[in-house]
Amino acid sequence: MNIHEYQGKEILRNYGVSVPNGHVAFSVDEAVEAAKKLGTDITVVKAQIHAGGRGKAGGVKVAKNLDDVRTYAEEILGKTLVTHQTGPEGKEVKRLLIEEGCDIQNEYYIGLVLDRATGRVVMMGSEEGGTEIEEVAAQTPEKIFREEIDPVVGLLPFQARRLAFNINIPDELLSKAVKFMLGLYQAYLEKDCSIAEINPLVTTGDGEVMALDAKLNFDDNALYRQKDVMAMRDLEEEDEKEIEASKYDLSYISLDGNIGCMVNGAGLAMSTMDIIKHYGGEPANFLDVGGGATAEKVTEAFKIILSDEHVKGIFVNIFGGIMKCDVIAEGVVEATKQVGLQIPLVVRLEGTNVDLGKQILKESGLNITSADSMADGAQKIVSMVK
Amino acid sequence: MSIYVNKDTKVIVQGITGGTARFHTKQMLEYGTKIVAGVTPKKGGTEVDGVPVFNTVKEAVEQTEATASVVYVPAPFAADAIIEAVDADLDLVICITEHIPVIDMVKVKRYMEGKRTRLIGPNCPGVITADESKIGIMPGYIHKKGHIGVVSRSGTLTYEAVHQLTEAGYGQTTAVGIGGDPVNGTDFIDVLKAFNEDPETKAVIMIGEIGGTAEEEAAEWVKAHMNKPVVGFIGGATAPPGKRMGHAGAIISGGKGTAEEKIRVMTECGIKVAETPAVMGETMIEVLKSHQLDEVCKTH
Repeated sequence: MNIHEYQGKEILRNYGVSVPNGHVAFSVDEAVEAAKKLGTDITVVKAQIHAGGRGKAGGVKVAKNLDDVRTYAEEILGKTLVTHQTGPEGKEVKRLLIEEGCDIQNEYYIGLVLDRATGRVVMMGSEEGGTEIEEVAAQTPEKIFREEIDPVVGLLPFQARRLAFNINIPDELLSKAVKFMLGLYQAYLEKDCSIAEINPLVTTGDGEVMALDAKLNFDDNALYRQKDVMAMRDLEEEDEKEIEASKYDLSYISLDGNIGCMVNGAGLAMSTMDIIKHYGGEPANFLDVGGGATAEKVTEAFKIILSDEHVKGIFVNIFGGIMKCDVIAEGVVEATKQVGLQIPLVVRLEGTNVDLGKQILKESGLNITSADSMADGAQKIVSMVK
Repeated sequence: MSIYVNKDTKVIVQGITGGTARFHTKQMLEYGTKIVAGVTPKKGGTEVDGVPVFNTVKEAVEQTEATASVVYVPAPFAADAIIEAVDADLDLVICITEHIPVIDMVKVKRYMEGKRTRLIGPNCPGVITADESKIGIMPGYIHKKGHIGVVSRSGTLTYEAVHQLTEAGYGQTTAVGIGGDPVNGTDFIDVLKAFNEDPETKAVIMIGEIGGTAEEEAAEWVKAHMNKPVVGFIGGATAPPGKRMGHAGAIISGGKGTAEEKIRVMTECGIKVAETPAVMGETMIEVLKSHQLDEVCKTH
């Protein structure tokens, strides 16, 4: 799950990580009010969307007075920002962060991420702040320093010091940098983050070490124990069908094609997309109904697929293991009873309780094309939507 | 021969009184797996399908001499269940549970350093040695005894591969699902090593997916050490970057973990990669023929 920059900074502030003062604003008037409250000479107006690259897209402006704040807020609010992370359709700005400007001396990068190879969290630092870390990694990998964290003792002060020395943070700011890093790790750990990225971290003229930007992502599997993080979810930043699917613990991702897919298991779901493309079709979604799905969940999954107006045909591809074929069949029958079915449906069932599943579909009298294998099913649905 | 489990492996089911565990305990017993005990705190002294239930893993091991366990415990408590099994000094722990928080698995992995227990999973279908022992959730009937080793990050894709092999008349030694999570116990290389040393296994199919670099590392290992042919498949060639495709581990980030790159490295290392998931079996058969292993591997 993603949150906005201003929410990330709120969390960090609670862990003693210093961030500039700022307030969120949902309207132009609120933006001007926020700037008045800050009372600083320079104010920064920042678009809040769940994507990076906002500065380059014109979503971050430096205001020298309240009139500037009003002008920039009017300009940015409601604007659709297109960045390298939003896709070509872009994202509409509905919230602003009004923040005090600061006297930047130097920009750095600090990030925490899971290293899959070692199964440990790693803190990465670089003095190339402000640029994308992937770019630094590709062009000057020697400028990225890593500290691997032992979960028993957590990030240790000597590691934070070593990282600060390596990225050339001035000695007089060392203790502040160490406090910053330790606080950031604590936030990452206690809030179940999957990424915590500060780019840039800045040193300022008045001797502060601050997070000028903050990108926190969270482990979806841990949200059950992070109620305050859950409360920060902004549904307007997410796809409507994906939200509906998440209510039923379904793993759903919207795509651009016209063949709806319902599959069990992430690997098979991805491969079903692959094979549809292989035979010249375009999948409309990724949908993994998971292992523990009930007939009710399957019904909802089917309804979500049908609610996509681009969908011209559906391919159900099930290889039952923990998921039972009869449960899938019941769900499909129930969904079509509730919402009707005007488009072709190809079903391939195999695995646990397969005979029972096939029998339920047969007795339902629904107009279903059955498939003997994944390739057979994919070919059939592709030819039927053409 | 086989790897990790055989007909004599005595198994504990952790979380045996839950609905999913009950269903699969029954299925495992029907397959012939030696399920000797179950564990659910506060349910000690009861029975599930004739299997005695204990309060702790330690007690279950003392009473039954079990050497392996399978975990069906819900995600919030699963990491603790794994650690309990490691503490009881079992040889093997297979964790089926999905959606375990990553930080919990980071701690489990650290706890397991220096311990003798092997963890398979989490978020995996389990391990099956055909016609001997099925530990997990895979449908038993698709498996047939033979000479192909199967290792995979995806449960349902494993079934797909096994089904294709069996239909074509090629049985398997052992099928191992290593799970779709970013932090897991046993990786591709561990399983490849075991298959390499198993005389019954003549060839291996390795099924990966987008995200991380485990397939690339495994491919390099195959090139350097494997003396048996390996066939591969990578799911997610058409997945958009930045989106988590169901499995927590299946995400393309920062240009890393793409199917294209994995397929390139695997091919370079001498692994024949199936073009679609529908031809995993066919691709294996072609490779067996070119290595003159077709006769010995054809089981019916």
